[in-house]
Amino acid sequence: MTIEKIAKILDAKLVCGKQMLKQNIEYGFASDLMSDVLTLDEENVVLITGLTNMQTLRTAEMAEIPCVIFVRNKKASKEMIQIANENDMVIIECKYSMFKTIGILYENKLEPVY
Amino acid sequence: MNFNYKIKGGDFSAAGRASSEIKKILKKLNVNPKVIKRIVVALYEAEVNVVAHADKGSINAEIDSEKIRITVVDEGPGIADIDLAMTEGFSTASSKVREMGFGAGMGLPNMKKNADILNIKSKVGQGTMVELITFFKS
Repeated sequence: MTIEKIAKILDAKLVCGKQMLKQNIEYGFASDLMSDVLTLDEENVVLITGLTNMQTLRTAEMAEIPCVIFVRNKKASKEMIQIANENDMVIIECKYSMFKTIGILYENKLEPVY
Repeated sequence: MNFNYKIKGGDFSAAGRASSEIKKILKKLNVNPKVIKRIVVALYEAEVNVVAHADKGSINAEIDSEKIRITVVDEGPGIADIDLAMTEGFSTASSKVREMGFGAGMGLPNMKKNADILNIKSKVGQGTMVELITFFKS
């Protein structure tokens, strides 16, 4: 599934990373615990999280996660957007709850990591 | 090549800057992206540990044609029982650290998983030295 499709089916706002919209995403991983995100070996993962701080973006940067979805209407700060832009990462802001967001992605055949 | 960075304890807004810089250097050197990921995930875990637990610390990275050797040294409380700290789920992290998305007791086990060689030396009340060595070709 492309990042473009993810943003569309979630009726969500693309904050940055427009140039990456055609990138394919294979897996979804939902967590507010960055320690768990750092244990993933898979590629082309979208991170779905309600944790909005600098470490969310740093974790995604280190774990080579190309797209981060902030749920529960959480907003990305200027500093977070700067890190995302430096690393060609996409940030999406979604007004839905974590549960609803994941449900929509799963229904649309996005694979779980495990 | 040799690179040095300072880390300030408790400064979560800056945690990860050194790991990010080293990632950029390794990318420029055309190191295999999968190897880069293993190196920077282990380093980032170590960097976050210093921010989470210590007063201050430093990172030294030595890069040659075969490998990267990273030493992360801090001045802080030290680790009383390294074997116990290596156990998945064991953590002494504060609630502030947990709010940042860490402190699940996965840091040291994840460093071990991602580095080819991991050495830890620690003195309670003084600090900890973590050495991470990863070879560019397995």
